[in-house]
Amino acid sequence: MSKLTIEDLKKIKDRVIKENTPRLGEAKIKIIVHMGTCGIAAGAREVMNSLLEEVAASDRTDISIVTAGCMGMCSSEPNVTIEVGNEEPVIYQFMNANKMRQVFKRHILLGEIQTEFALARG
Amino acid sequence: MLELSLHILDIIENGINAGADLITLKIIEDQKNNKLSISIADNGHGIPSDMLEKVTDPFFTTKTVRRVGLGLSLFREASRRCEGEFKITSRVGEGTETSATFRLDHIDLAPMGNLESTLSSLIVGNPGVDFIYDHEIDGERVRLDTRDIK
Repeated sequence: MSKLTIEDLKKIKDRVIKENTPRLGEAKIKIIVHMGTCGIAAGAREVMNSLLEEVAASDRTDISIVTAGCMGMCSSEPNVTIEVGNEEPVIYQFMNANKMRQVFKRHILLGEIQTEFALARG
Repeated sequence: MLELSLHILDIIENGINAGADLITLKIIEDQKNNKLSISIADNGHGIPSDMLEKVTDPFFTTKTVRRVGLGLSLFREASRRCEGEFKITSRVGEGTETSATFRLDHIDLAPMGNLESTLSSLIVGNPGVDFIYDHEIDGERVRLDTRDIK
């Protein structure tokens, strides 16, 4: 096996940093805000904003927030998908800033799925 | 879309969905020439030329989950309403650039709205993507490059 050079180590370092950005590194909880044209027009950005505020206030580092495109349920936008660990994902529909805060506090922090806002599970 | 910043969010999402890792947003507000221009460039996989003619058709989409694709058509209409011009250019493998101009004092011009919110949603929601935001208002310029702060 050829020797590792400093250059190789640098490349490995860059790759690892790229693959494990701080937020995604230890993420156990993944929150996907669907931001297609339909979601954006229905208010997904405000949902995203309230979510960012809640995450910042919670001081949790194991939560990753990502945006995604439309999943085809345009009429129930804004949609938010929450994946906690290996549990089945829950999709919430007709979200707004307040519902998002409630879902964050109850579902993410306390583990109580807010079925009245849910579109589907799994 | 009630705000121009929502159109911007939408068009940038297109670029991210096209696999881009660098998005450049350039806004120029020029009171003297009564013109606002917004351009969004990405380094995603680009759009083939035969498809490029169809992207602003609201009944064209590459998605299979629904039959309409409104993002670019809405942005183009917003620009047309304000006596502006809309242009989209793309090269496969290199990326896409979408640009629109608006007459600044046009009564139908939507407000810019919450651009900070658009940018923060994009930056936080897409950790693997870098953004360059370049905003010029009558010669004064603000520039943010997320590669400088990450």
